[in-house]
Amino acid sequence: MTNEYRQESTARRWLARAAATGLALAAPALALAQDAPVPNKGDVAWLMVATLLVVLMTIPGLALFYGGLVRSKNMLSVLMQVMVGFSLIVVLWCIYGYSLAFTEGNAFIGGLGRLFLNGTLDASTGTFAMAATFSKGVVIPELLFVAFQATFAGITCCLIVGAFAERMKFSAVLIFMVIWFTISYLPIAHMVWFWMGPDAYTSAELVGELNSKAGLLWQWGALDYAGGNVVHINAGIAGLVGAYMVGKRVGYGREAMPPHNLVLTMVGASLLWVGWFGFNAGSALEAGNSAVLAFLNTLLATAAAVVAWTIAEWALKGHPSMLGAASGAVAGLVAITPAAGNVGMMGALVIGLAGGAICLWGVTGLKKLLKADDSLDVFGVHGVGGIVGALLTGVFNTQSLGGPGLVTDWVTASVGSNPIGTQVLIQAQAVLVTVVWSAVAAFIAFKAADLIVGLRVPEDVEREGLDTNEHNERAYTH
Amino acid sequence: MKLITAIIRPYKLDDLELAVAKLGVQGMTVTEVQGYGHQRSHAEHYRGAEYRIDFVPKTRVEIAVDESIVEPVVEAIANVARTGKIGDGKIFVSEIEQAIRIRTGETGVAAT
Repeated sequence: MTNEYRQESTARRWLARAAATGLALAAPALALAQDAPVPNKGDVAWLMVATLLVVLMTIPGLALFYGGLVRSKNMLSVLMQVMVGFSLIVVLWCIYGYSLAFTEGNAFIGGLGRLFLNGTLDASTGTFAMAATFSKGVVIPELLFVAFQATFAGITCCLIVGAFAERMKFSAVLIFMVIWFTISYLPIAHMVWFWMGPDAYTSAELVGELNSKAGLLWQWGALDYAGGNVVHINAGIAGLVGAYMVGKRVGYGREAMPPHNLVLTMVGASLLWVGWFGFNAGSALEAGNSAVLAFLNTLLATAAAVVAWTIAEWALKGHPSMLGAASGAVAGLVAITPAAGNVGMMGALVIGLAGGAICLWGVTGLKKLLKADDSLDVFGVHGVGGIVGALLTGVFNTQSLGGPGLVTDWVTASVGSNPIGTQVLIQAQAVLVTVVWSAVAAFIAFKAADLIVGLRVPEDVEREGLDTNEHNERAYTH
Repeated sequence: MKLITAIIRPYKLDDLELAVAKLGVQGMTVTEVQGYGHQRSHAEHYRGAEYRIDFVPKTRVEIAVDESIVEPVVEAIANVARTGKIGDGKIFVSEIEQAIRIRTGETGVAAT
């Protein structure tokens, strides 16, 4: 009872800090000392469910959302790229990805101390290493953090396939993913999310040294709750670069390429929405108040974006479309991702409305300007929505606008607010780093895949469809 | 024996079925088809993309009848399928050389 009370009051005290910094991890330590913190079963249960939810939002959610949008002859190619891509990245994550993203290294990339997940479990004593959360004294098993973050890496790489759908070789997709994951996802995740954890901040003298061990964007004070930079801007930019480098689909702009099944797209979008609660509220790393704030904001902002997209499309194009509503939901989810536990409820409402309306422009007006065949609008939704969310997080984090504020001092856990202009500038700098980094990394990754196997299938294969040629099967037999 | 082939708006099918049943028609074959006549191409919007769709979805109904009821059946179909707007469809009447009921081997009008 005493223990439970203590944890509850700790959670309350630490809410704002957890909300303020986004996701991070302390240097893991084997819990050998007698007073080493023991994970809370509620936290562990929630994080396992949250991890499953992110798997659900990828397979089948994202796969069906994308699959419904392509022509029926390419349905299986998209499902395959998502399912195999996700699996490949999870394997790489456990081999070297986790270590490079979430262990101590320099400001850009981590080290190799957790290669092959070495050190997360001491088999001889049955001791599990613990990972820090955002609350002092609150830990979760590090393996759970590894699994949770594995799904983030997986879905990020899969988001990109929408940009070059219907024309890229399966082998080239996989080669691109391996390279881009290694040189873009891992460093960006490290730069945004790696820090030494709250328990390390025990005295004021240590702060400078500890801060210098964190990722570059964390040191700058960039707020990214669940991956606006790491996941969405990162993937959106890579997608745009891919759309340029792979080139337009045969017949693009001349032939009709309508989605083959918007019912599946709606099912996929809905699974994305449900799964996104694990993504955003799970990023609190505990089942506490910050998770609840992220949960409500994920619900509200998404609903607002559906309403905004639908009304804007109705007013501008004459019809409220199902595809528009589904796209609005994803746009809202993207926009609220960096903000989830970093803004108040009405901030989330504004972010959702803005995300919905601006992403509609992203897939119409902006798309025409860019002149790229980003088949499923990865940049228009994830890139644009991610940037909108990242910048507005800087606006609505402040306590004067109902936000939770941020931790100004990790030693004393003091919470305050940055001036809006200051925080927006930090956010903008973080966005800029992500955009440039991901663009360069994507260029290298696509170029390498092109040199090794070639990016595109031959024109006759593209005309006949990737399913029968690349995968030797058909989605629909009748 | 005549074969009446009607290309109609899909939502008119139920009305057509009722109307010709009253005239003694005992069977029909229905197919979902697409095509164009005067009602050529319409635009569909998917996010930023606008596609001209040349082929409009229609329903094709095939009815084999005795010559004695060709006129009333054609008239009934035309009446129920007509809205007065472009895209109401077409009715074709053609000669049937022979008809065979597979189960019994009956031929001619008895087989329709």
